[in-house]
Amino acid sequence: MKRLLSGNEAVARGAWEAGVKVGSAYPGTPSTEIMETFAQYPDVYAEWAPNEKVALDVAIGAAYAGRRAFAAMKHVGVNVAADALFAAAMTGVEAGLVVISGDDPSMHSSQNEQDNRQFAKFARIPCLDPADSQDARDLMIAAFDISEQFDTLVMLRMTTRVCHTSSPVEINAQRLNLPEPEKYPRNPAKYCMVPANARKRHPVIEARIQDLAAFAETFPFNRCEWRSTDLGIITGGIAYQYAREVFPEASVLKLGMVYPLPKKMILDFAAKVNKLIVLEELDPFIEEQVRLMGVRLYHPSEVIPEGAEYPLTKSIFPIIGELDPAAVRVSGQQAGLLPPQELRALPAGNGSLPPRPPVLCPGCPHRSSFYILHKLGVPVNGDIGCYTLGMVQPLDALHTVGCMGASIGVAHGAAVAGDKERHVAVIGDSTFFHSGIPALINVLYNKSNVITIIMDNRVTGMTGHQENPGTGRTLQQKETKEIEIEALVRALGFEKVATVEAYNVKAIEALLKEWLKSDEPAVLITREECALLPGARSRWLPLEVVIEKCNGCTLCFRVGCPAILKSEELDPRTGRPLAKIDPLLCTGCEICAQVCPRDAILFRNQILARETEVSL
Amino acid sequence: MKHTAINFVLVGVGGQGTILASDVLAELGLKLGYDVKKAEVHGMSQRGGSVISHLRWGAQVFSPIIPRGEGDVLVAFEKLESARFRDLLKPGGLALINDYAIEPLTVNTAGIAYPEDEYLRQQLIQVTDRVHWVKGIEIAEGLGNARAANVVMLGALSALLDLDEQSWEEVLTMRIPPKYLELNRKAFQAGRAAVAD
Repeated sequence: MKRLLSGNEAVARGAWEAGVKVGSAYPGTPSTEIMETFAQYPDVYAEWAPNEKVALDVAIGAAYAGRRAFAAMKHVGVNVAADALFAAAMTGVEAGLVVISGDDPSMHSSQNEQDNRQFAKFARIPCLDPADSQDARDLMIAAFDISEQFDTLVMLRMTTRVCHTSSPVEINAQRLNLPEPEKYPRNPAKYCMVPANARKRHPVIEARIQDLAAFAETFPFNRCEWRSTDLGIITGGIAYQYAREVFPEASVLKLGMVYPLPKKMILDFAAKVNKLIVLEELDPFIEEQVRLMGVRLYHPSEVIPEGAEYPLTKSIFPIIGELDPAAVRVSGQQAGLLPPQELRALPAGNGSLPPRPPVLCPGCPHRSSFYILHKLGVPVNGDIGCYTLGMVQPLDALHTVGCMGASIGVAHGAAVAGDKERHVAVIGDSTFFHSGIPALINVLYNKSNVITIIMDNRVTGMTGHQENPGTGRTLQQKETKEIEIEALVRALGFEKVATVEAYNVKAIEALLKEWLKSDEPAVLITREECALLPGARSRWLPLEVVIEKCNGCTLCFRVGCPAILKSEELDPRTGRPLAKIDPLLCTGCEICAQVCPRDAILFRNQILARETEVSL
Repeated sequence: MKHTAINFVLVGVGGQGTILASDVLAELGLKLGYDVKKAEVHGMSQRGGSVISHLRWGAQVFSPIIPRGEGDVLVAFEKLESARFRDLLKPGGLALINDYAIEPLTVNTAGIAYPEDEYLRQQLIQVTDRVHWVKGIEIAEGLGNARAANVVMLGALSALLDLDEQSWEEVLTMRIPPKYLELNRKAFQAGRAAVAD
């Protein structure tokens, strides 16, 4: 039975077929759809955890309890979960346990580029690296068998192009039926990692990785594809596809398991080909290990002097960014592996097109706060989510953005360092639950005057509307206790706390101005549903500009809404273009109407009143 | 069935239904007996940014990304984006463009003018003379819902590609919720008619 599945859907399918009982994840591009899809299968438990460390701990607990389990996250999520990952690498499991890392080469939707195969080597756990959706499903199933056979956590490492590419997948209609496990283990020597036990476990872990290296020699997903022996390519993951596309004649050693490596297989392959190269995305992960085996890789010494760029970069292919056929071809030509070929001369002129960067959507409830913060001119430390787009012109209201939960800690750091300006931290609801709470405790405990704005849009927005602890629903759509942010913040002991409607520009401005006069820490919660949620959509009502009142003052353009455009009509006095509103984009949030000094933008009630008149 | 590989590049602005259109093309390719890969990037690009979907049909497809200059078909749901991504199209390839502008915010904030139609035409002509402009939004609005413009464009594409119409119909029925099916059938036919001459 074949089905068109994305890599993420294929992983979820594999998990279900492998009899997995428990999945826990925190949403993050490109991994989000894995848990969303898994949650829809019958007889599984799937959840959004508040962060990736909790997600992995949950999966570990389930695996200790003898149920197959996995945790999914984006590459930087593994940084958050690293503590749990290293701990589980030490203890091993009672049932299969897999951690999925969704790496994002080229940072399509990430703050940094990192190659998480390194984590597997770092923690001495095996790493499987699928090349397409079929591989993703097959390797997910294989991962659970390996996990149980070798008593280890396994990493399934995905990349954006594998996650978000759909291709046909052969699937099984049956789910593996696993026996009910015995009771929770009472085995402290293995599961209580106090120093005395941990010291005994470390040799076990080192022996395990040796056993896995031996297993890799016969692992069916490590395979040689023999074609011409003039060029041999060792590759894994998405890079396999580029190897086949650009070097169709070459022999390929395709590694489904990229750590540990099958040394004998590699030596045999190397011996049979004339020129040997490694083709991989990001770090020279396989390349360095192959060199350490004493294998001589092809080196384009006439083009690049031997050693000149090594080990700072890879010997042939780029270390930065994702590969694609064009990048592989260019590098192949430079290295003398492909005949030089004139690249098609490209017509000039593309550079003059107006760029179209992502922006806050029309009707975004974050817009009002950024408009005011820009006006106040205070330093604003941002966080990870849609509201990161508060940095884009013309709002231009974020000055630092690092990682999940960083805003509050960074603002506090600047404040205690004695910075003369008053620092603001901006964080979304989901990110606050993720890792903002400990940082907010720190503000109070260590007595800084940071003003924290928690932008509560009632959903995890950036990754496409996931439930979170503040929404009152679980991933599998069960009703649950809704964590009240204001009550939580007050319970910590903050005294200056307020919740305002996020669209209320004046209220936000008044509160912030008042708080800036005092020297106390404060927390403002701006609350309004994301404008793209179904409930909000049902209230969409496009606003209109009254041309007779507009004088082209441009103030409304400063809210940075894609629905407000310059019209072709000019103000006769100033010659400036008047404003117009795109009715297909406008949601009627009224932020522009509140900002307009001439009442030239009709409010919702004015439009509704007029419509009533017409219908009467 | 002769398996001539076809590379489709679909471009537009987040929220225009580019992903639905590429889903339809992926299912269609499978139905016609091709190996298929469909690649898109989710995340930041949904927020009103440029979106691009790579869709490849072939006997065996490897790279999900279409190399520059190897696209057989470029479908642009917004006309500025056709010029932005023209380099993906092969010389003499087929370009199908929705004659509709969504001004990027940078037109207001950075003062870069939205290009004139003539400029956009020139940009495309430098790559290919097989360029078709369709008033997708206007046609869809005429049918009562501007959001069906993506299906108008698919209808136009179906006429230009000369593939089995019955297969298109089956895939649309599979991908579109029953509530909107009648509207989208009309949109599809209107798109076919728009390039009929």
